[in-house]
Amino acid sequence: MIAEIGHFALILAFAVAAIQATVPLLGAHRGDAALARVAVPCAGTQLALVLAAFVALGIGYVTSDFSIANVWANSHSTKPLLYKITGVWGNHEGSMVLWVLILALFGACVAAFGANLPPMLKARVLSVQAMIAAAFLLFTIATSNPFERLHPAPFDGQGLNPILQDPALAFHPPFLYVGYVGFSIAFSFAVAALIEGRVDAAWARWVRPWTLAAWMFLTIGIAMGSWWAYYELGWGGWWFWDPVENASFMPWLSGTALLHSAIVVEKRDALKVWTILLAILTFSLSLLGTFLVRSGVLTSVHAFAVDPARGIFVLLILSLFVGGSLTLFAWRAPLLRAGGLFAPISREGGLIVNNLLLTAGCATVLIGTLYPLMLETLTGDKVSVGAPFFNATFVPMMIPLLVLVPFGPLLSWKRADVLAAAQRLWAAALLAFVTMLASAWLSRGEPVLAAFGMALGVWLIVGAASETALRIGAFREPLATVFARARGLPRSAWGTALAHGGLGVMVLGIVAVTAWRAETIALMQPGQTVEVAGYDLTLEAVVPRRGPDHDEEVGLVRAERNGRTVARLEPARRVYRVRQMTTSEAAIRPFATGDLYVVMGERDGDGWIVRAYFNPLAPLIWIGAVIMFLGGAVSLTDRRYRIGAPRRARAARVPAVEAAE
Amino acid sequence: MRWLTTILVCLALVTPAAAFQPDEALDDPALEARARALSAELRCLVCQNQSIDDSDAPLARDLRLLIRERIVAGDTDGEVIDFVVARYGEFVLLRPPFAPHTWALWLAPPLLLGAGALVLIALARRRRSSMPGPAPLTAEEARRLDRIIEDA
Repeated sequence: MIAEIGHFALILAFAVAAIQATVPLLGAHRGDAALARVAVPCAGTQLALVLAAFVALGIGYVTSDFSIANVWANSHSTKPLLYKITGVWGNHEGSMVLWVLILALFGACVAAFGANLPPMLKARVLSVQAMIAAAFLLFTIATSNPFERLHPAPFDGQGLNPILQDPALAFHPPFLYVGYVGFSIAFSFAVAALIEGRVDAAWARWVRPWTLAAWMFLTIGIAMGSWWAYYELGWGGWWFWDPVENASFMPWLSGTALLHSAIVVEKRDALKVWTILLAILTFSLSLLGTFLVRSGVLTSVHAFAVDPARGIFVLLILSLFVGGSLTLFAWRAPLLRAGGLFAPISREGGLIVNNLLLTAGCATVLIGTLYPLMLETLTGDKVSVGAPFFNATFVPMMIPLLVLVPFGPLLSWKRADVLAAAQRLWAAALLAFVTMLASAWLSRGEPVLAAFGMALGVWLIVGAASETALRIGAFREPLATVFARARGLPRSAWGTALAHGGLGVMVLGIVAVTAWRAETIALMQPGQTVEVAGYDLTLEAVVPRRGPDHDEEVGLVRAERNGRTVARLEPARRVYRVRQMTTSEAAIRPFATGDLYVVMGERDGDGWIVRAYFNPLAPLIWIGAVIMFLGGAVSLTDRRYRIGAPRRARAARVPAVEAAE
Repeated sequence: MRWLTTILVCLALVTPAAAFQPDEALDDPALEARARALSAELRCLVCQNQSIDDSDAPLARDLRLLIRERIVAGDTDGEVIDFVVARYGEFVLLRPPFAPHTWALWLAPPLLLGAGALVLIALARRRRSSMPGPAPLTAEEARRLDRIIEDA
């Protein structure tokens, strides 16, 4: 019964979305406020209905209702409760429901918190948002119904893929989707602005917080996926330039560009046409990512051709929204008048260079991801585009960007003095240079570029810190003044510094792991010792253990450094009972200098193959991502995003009126 | 999730083999280093987007052993790659070759970046030569402004 309620709720949600997609748009067009207002209750109802469907599916999972085909295929009665819940989105159908839920959630948030929006703009934004929702609800209902029943109901389910039973992976899709889908708001605002033919600073101020929120969650979502790959796939890699990773990385790159270009629209009323285009492209890339992942086209062009129903449907949605919005753009963008003027060397100019490099990098990832598909479709030739390609093309574009980042916030609007900005970065330059010498000396100059990479990381961190230090007058003013200024500094400035600094932290981790990873692979018998990066690892014993749904062989490994025991590690090799699948559970012990990473291999005669790695500074990759996320969060609390809120405005207006009298 | 499934197929179906194993290593560290570097450039054909260095599949192991055989036989890196490509096709290369069918792939990124930079420079030049003043208010805007002034 609950499954049918869920199914019906999805269908009703589609009907509501269809109304929301048309009536308010018509109302805004005719200037009929009553029709335009329909959008708000619709957005709320749509959220409630999709939420009902999501909860219904969740109840199916928690109660292990195997008469629902989706639950049967992806769950098992002995599965831990956490993974029963996260199993809801651990499969195609359920993840589409989550996708639509987040879409509806964002729409409802605009309806609820957008009281300060001009009513007609709000109606149009919510209409466009509902068009996307309607398309994906129809897709879910028509091709990916999660509520299909089985008769007779099987006794038990098939279990969730054990490799997916992991906290980081369990929460990776929701974060990623909040990021992906969050960009739909920027898209809806862009399309609404094109329909109105009007983009101004206020528009940018409304769009930015949504874009920022989406960017934050996408950042953390990608980082979680990469962290999971690092510890679960068992060879310590953290980024593979896999098409699915690229699918989430492309919207991140163009979203980052959008975040920066929207600043120019907000502060200087310039770059409007470009910002609108970026908003459209960013969400288009999110849709493309959904298509790539959901259609199976990545596994092979042939797999797509065998079961094309879903792929074609998403492709239709993709071409409808991308084609439609770009056509609208070509038609209406000339209406947008260019605003503020600026010299090439200025904050605006800096942000344009940022956008150039980010979009060129994004295009490179796009080409590298799609080229094998296109070539095979057109000529039948099969090529692989892997990490070596991206390292040779994408990375060189990002290096100048990273070098330029600390300059950006130091340049003034309209017309800036590069020399003055450079002078303020002397401390960063000095420390970066010292880092370069130190790392070259420590690593005996091998590999050559690594020392430069470490310097780049320090340059970013100290550059971000010196900008803040300058603005609050640290080291120059008395402490009380510094504190007062630090409190007075806009949160967005703190956010910028944190995000840029976090980027530097991440660069340090990436460079160190890539350049100086140490590896020892050995066939070990209990009692034997091997060495990796100065740590002596002794395999003391291998013991069997029994978990709730798996059996494992655990290696008890003692790590010693200079004769002193510094860690005990327990890498394991698991066999999951339901699916008879083997996974390796890496044991990771973080030290200040990096991760000691040990994996149990298979048994070979009396011994076991043990892989031991030392990944220098590896945790910094994810710590950097978390700092970037926090930077976004701090910036989001900036005063200027709140003063637009109605209650505040009213409170602020009263004294102004009195003053006028 | 599909890529996971594929990785899993690689991990699970072929369990008793694993990524690079100790018995594969060559005794000469210089030759071994070359073999590892080559392994990172070659694709495991039955996996999705994994190099043979990372892969657990038996086929990847065969390829790793093959590379070492060729290196010991005295082949240069280029000859090893040619040998592998002759057997398994270009698909095996994670770094696609620079050839007519991949010109677009390799040249597009630098060309796009260059074209973007040129457009920006041209725009900046044009703007400098003809700095127009701000556009005049439209009739509607002028009326609104009047209203606002009157209200105040």
